Amino acid sequence: MSLRIVVCVKYVPDATGDRKFADDLTVDRDDVDGLLSELDEYAVEQALQIAEEADDAEVTVLTVGPEDAKDALRKALSMGADKAVHVEDDDLHGTDVMGTSLVLAKAIEKTGYDVVIAGMASTDGTMGVLPAILAERLGVPQVTLLSEVKIEGGPNGIVTGRRDGDTASEQLEASLPAVVSVTDQSGEARYPSFKGIMAAKKKPVESLELDDLDIDADEVGLAGAWTAVDSAAERPARTAGTIVKDEGEGGKQLAEFLASQKFI
Amino acid sequence: MAEILVYVDHVDGAVRKPTLELLTLARRIGEPVAVALGNGAADTAAVLAEHGAVKVLTADAPEFTEYLVVPKVDALQAAYESVSPAAVLVPSSAEGKEIAARLAVRIGSGIITDAVDLEAGDEGPVATQSAFAASFTTKSRVSKGTPVITVKPNSAPVEAAPAAGAVEALAVSFGALATGTKVTARTPRESTGRPELTEAAIVVSGGRGVNGAENFGIIEALADSLGAAVGASRAAVDAGWYPHSNQVGQTGKSVSPQLYIASGISGAIQHRAGMQTSKTIVAINKDAEAPIFDLVDYGVVGDLFDVVPQLTEEVKSRKG
Ligand SMILES: Cc1cc2nc3c(=O)[nH]c(=O)nc-3n(C[C@H](O)[C@H](O)[C@H](O)COP(=O)(O)OP(=O)(O)OC[C@H]3O[C@@H](n4cnc5c(N)ncnc54)[C@H](O)[C@@H]3O)c2cc1C
Ligand SMILES: Cc1cc2nc3c(=O)[nH]c(=O)nc-3n(C[C@H](O)[C@H](O)[C@H](O)COP(=O)(O)OP(=O)(O)OC[C@H]3O[C@@H](n4cnc5c(N)ncnc54)[C@H](O)[C@@H]3O)c2cc1C
Repeated sequence: MSLRIVVCVKYVPDATGDRKFADDLTVDRDDVDGLLSELDEYAVEQALQIAEEADDAEVTVLTVGPEDAKDALRKALSMGADKAVHVEDDDLHGTDVMGTSLVLAKAIEKTGYDVVIAGMASTDGTMGVLPAILAERLGVPQVTLLSEVKIEGGPNGIVTGRRDGDTASEQLEASLPAVVSVTDQSGEARYPSFKGIMAAKKKPVESLELDDLDIDADEVGLAGAWTAVDSAAERPARTAGTIVKDEGEGGKQLAEFLASQKFI
Repeated sequence: MAEILVYVDHVDGAVRKPTLELLTLARRIGEPVAVALGNGAADTAAVLAEHGAVKVLTADAPEFTEYLVVPKVDALQAAYESVSPAAVLVPSSAEGKEIAARLAVRIGSGIITDAVDLEAGDEGPVATQSAFAASFTTKSRVSKGTPVITVKPNSAPVEAAPAAGAVEALAVSFGALATGTKVTARTPRESTGRPELTEAAIVVSGGRGVNGAENFGIIEALADSLGAAVGASRAAVDAGWYPHSNQVGQTGKSVSPQLYIASGISGAIQHRAGMQTSKTIVAINKDAEAPIFDLVDYGVVGDLFDVVPQLTEEVKSRKG
């Protein structure tokens, strides 16, 4: 039996661009280029490695996002994923993490899965909680924030991994199905090859709407959100600091500054 | 007054500073009821009481250490059901966020993560968040259910406010999911004797410019002269010069100290995401064009191998 791997990938505004909020306090997607969240490339990479190790496996990449989010799916397909699912619906605009996780959970159940792999956090919302919520919603073990991951025994097998926490490094084990998330310590993501990019154009991308997932419009979107953003203000530019060139006394001058600020 | 559930982050009974900060914030919106789980849970009561906990709910069971996250969610949910609080506050550690998020789904509530401030508002607590690598500040609310909010370290002062802190045993029954993810081994992180990175008042960080594991000694010497924690950029960590647990930035620790000193760090957006909210920022870099200088209160354009040791000597002599 084939090991079914679903990778959740998010389409995000480029972190090196001028990211900002739109008038309705959602992310402004018009003025900044979007891309596959860099931290999700690590999830795609681990999925591909697990698939390569397994006798028989299929990697599906899944995103919830606007039309342009197809770019993120294409990138993942060109890295080597087999097929893609895109949940796209006008009513999704402004969805918070509870709505997003609901949509992802329903889409994952519809697609069928033995393991779900996600990134450690998106590079825009950066909440870092979605994988845990997915595990809760799907009712399967969470094996999250792994810097090393391994799956053995196919669809009825086990997942093991290492989680490097604040106070300890832990070795984890769970049986499939499970939700996994991986950190950027899990291994560099491969670059798409020319062949991969060409092949990606022919790979299937399935589009789903809320109706297909039996989700009502009022369960998601800005109106259905369980959180509300009241204001977003650009941080005032820092007042220009003092910059000195070291002419041999740089360390002493810096000590003088630190003393003036009462740090020493 | 409304009760506010506060999840206690502790190691064998020693309460970590972010929890004491949470008690300060909790008192702005109600009466803190603390929930301490695992080995040493009851030992937390005295310090929690000193900082305003009216009640301390405790539970210990092997499940908390033998399985990942979910047993703690079961326990927090039991506390939630016994107290019916007006809000649930959890420290923004990786585990804290996961516990909070799963609780929020179960109790049908929205969640806000990584708040940097919290105030009472007309429609419930208002959280300040810092977005897009701290280039924006937002104010948000949970609009459905009981607000579940995780708060970053260094978001509030630690204040003494003696309260009863009555200890009560919390009855927890673990659900079927609790034993889903087994912790098969655990290697505790070795203590360096330096302050905890996320809690430190001063952080001294080194980057690619430090150029070698052996040279991190000069960064550590400066840190020790100031009683600071040591941080590193991802470039330095990836090169194997310093442990990943000391990485500052988007995928490392997010720090917000009174003083941040960056040496040989260019200031890439992912690094800034983890330190931009520091109160005072100082950088030493030989490239006058390095983006880090856009953030600094004081910058020295120079070779860190000259500037850092001189600074260390000066700090030591001034401190006597
Ligand atoms: C600045 C900012 C702050 C926000 N704060 C909050 C908040 O406090 N509360 C709240 O409820 N919502 C918040 N949101 C909205 C929230 O970010 C989105 O709903 C989001 O899709 C889920 O959270 P995340 O991206 O932060 O996920 P994370 O938990 O950081 O993401 C982890 C992983 O989940 C997967 N994933 C996340 N989103 C998708 C997706 N759309 N499609 C496929 N896979 C995905 C990816 O694998 C990703 O690596 C915020 C958004 C922004 C931009
Ligand atoms: C998804 C993602 C997540 C990331 N997460 C993080 C993160 O959490 N934290 C992080 O730090 N980075 C992160 N990065 C990496 C980030 O983009 C940068 O590559 C990294 O921060 C660069 O580290 P650096 O400043 O030490 O090195 P460089 O950018 O190479 O800068 C080195 C600096 O040292 C200076 N220098 C050299 N020699 C000397 C000397 N003798 N004296 C004084 N100055 C000297 C140079 O002028 C230069 O400015 C992430 C990247 C991605 C894509």
